[in-house]
Amino acid sequence: MSDKYIVISEVRDGELRHVSFEAIAAAKEINADAEIVGVVVGDGSLESLAKELIYYGADRVISVSHEKLKTYTSEGYGQSIMAIINDENPAGIIMGHTSIGKDLSPKLASKLETGLISDAVAIEKDDDQPVFIRPIYSGKAFEKKIITNGITFVTIRPNNISALEKDESRSGDIETKNVDIADIRTIVKDVVRKASKGVDLSEANVIIAGGRGVKSEDGFKPLYELAEVLGGAVGASRGACDAEYCDYALQIGQTGKVVTPDLYIAVGISGAIQHLAGMSNSKVIVAINKDPEANIFNIADYGIVGDLFEVIPLLIEEFKKVK
Amino acid sequence: MNIYVLLKKTFDTEEKISVAGGTIEDEGAEFIINPYDEYAVEEAITQRDAHGGEVTVVTVGDEDSEKQLRTALAMGADKAVLINTEEDLDEGDSFTTVKILEAYFEDKEVDLILAGNVAIDEASGQVGPRLAELLGFPYVTTITNLDIKDETVTIEKDVEGDVEIIETSLPLLVTCQQGLNEPRYPSLPGIMKAKKKPLEELEIDDLDLDEEDVEAKTKTIDIYLPPEKEAGRVLEGEISDQVSELVSLLKNEKKVL
Repeated sequence: MSDKYIVISEVRDGELRHVSFEAIAAAKEINADAEIVGVVVGDGSLESLAKELIYYGADRVISVSHEKLKTYTSEGYGQSIMAIINDENPAGIIMGHTSIGKDLSPKLASKLETGLISDAVAIEKDDDQPVFIRPIYSGKAFEKKIITNGITFVTIRPNNISALEKDESRSGDIETKNVDIADIRTIVKDVVRKASKGVDLSEANVIIAGGRGVKSEDGFKPLYELAEVLGGAVGASRGACDAEYCDYALQIGQTGKVVTPDLYIAVGISGAIQHLAGMSNSKVIVAINKDPEANIFNIADYGIVGDLFEVIPLLIEEFKKVK
Repeated sequence: MNIYVLLKKTFDTEEKISVAGGTIEDEGAEFIINPYDEYAVEEAITQRDAHGGEVTVVTVGDEDSEKQLRTALAMGADKAVLINTEEDLDEGDSFTTVKILEAYFEDKEVDLILAGNVAIDEASGQVGPRLAELLGFPYVTTITNLDIKDETVTIEKDVEGDVEIIETSLPLLVTCQQGLNEPRYPSLPGIMKAKKKPLEELEIDDLDLDEEDVEAKTKTIDIYLPPEKEAGRVLEGEISDQVSELVSLLKNEKKVL
């Protein structure tokens, strides 16, 4: 079998998402000697993006540019990437476990009749066999999983596997591939931007999450302000979403997003088991709650018992000083 | 319209997980319909009520899954199918499940298949798109709105918080995201009726499959719990002092700023 790994990168707002670089590092962890073939799909010129993949460790890059690839569709991307996979016959395929990764990877795996290990957060080696660690039961447990048959196809959770250092002295071949794209049956008519600009929850290093204690939609304003100071994103508990203080897109927990930022600040969140499942693997957890008995204090590294509307403005001032 | 729902039972979200010998202990655990599949059941019933037709709920699982299928029937689904793999398969993965479903759907007239976008237990999130690919259907994942008018299907899809408006057509497979609807609770008359609704039980042999056809491509070699997180420090003193102490701890001790 060839020792070639395909890394499918992902572009958002004209830039590569960081998980694309993490996927290159993941391929290197699976096989340090492998040839890494980066793939970038989109429309217009993709050359600068292709170069960036090389700076982050890809040995060469194949790009497919087509007007039908301006917005992601499983069919458009699927046809382009399948054409590359068929040409390259790789030993493995790695991509991010993002909205696109979750949508596309099962389709490719199904077409290739292979297994797929989704949402890996770490890679170990048992002799030469890669072992993938992934959270199950929303992080209440972990499993170690191996591929028993066929190519190594993995999606990795953003923010868990470190990217390699960017090295602008690296160079590599960039190939532009022409692909005929047949009719696409799911047409994206429009994209309504609802997510707050800037940092995506699943990739955020800092998350400020509000619960019922935030009391209203307006109550979230100071949380957004704090998130901006820290370059983070705002999340919420199910309680806050059910009470319509914010959109379900922000929900963190067993139903909702599972996140692992460096710093998680839980504000007015009691800490139901379903919420903890979505965030308890964060590196540092801070809880701010009026109720000293709140369950969230049992998993927090630091807690402040107090009124969030008093604490948050003070925190904003204090963080501004050190940032 | 012939509407199908793919459904799986999962641990109740309230359940604590315990592990023994590298597997999850499920003795005495409460099971529920996977919450995302519940949105699928609700949407299927709503679409049937609007457009006519029939809702069939399909599970690949074990004998005990009958309970969750009956719940879906009590919510309003018309028929249920349990493909019981308990005796034939030791372990399977998404590849296995989808091979079985492909065989089940082979001779069916299908307009719409709904599934959860992910199961909250193993969370592979693969079954929907994998099946659509094998059936040659277009698919849309993580939908938050579904509008069917004659030949045209308009969908709102959640993309990490943004909303894509997608136009497509039947036959179609969709996976459901939170926000799509509010699943109803089964009513008492619904529960009574559900007892008499048809629940067909199949084994893989009935689908002309044997073990090798559906052999998993991946294998779980260990399951373990994350290290228990120790309760940390609740700070003390004036709020303003607590805040400066916190910021200094985050900066100097934890180095996360």
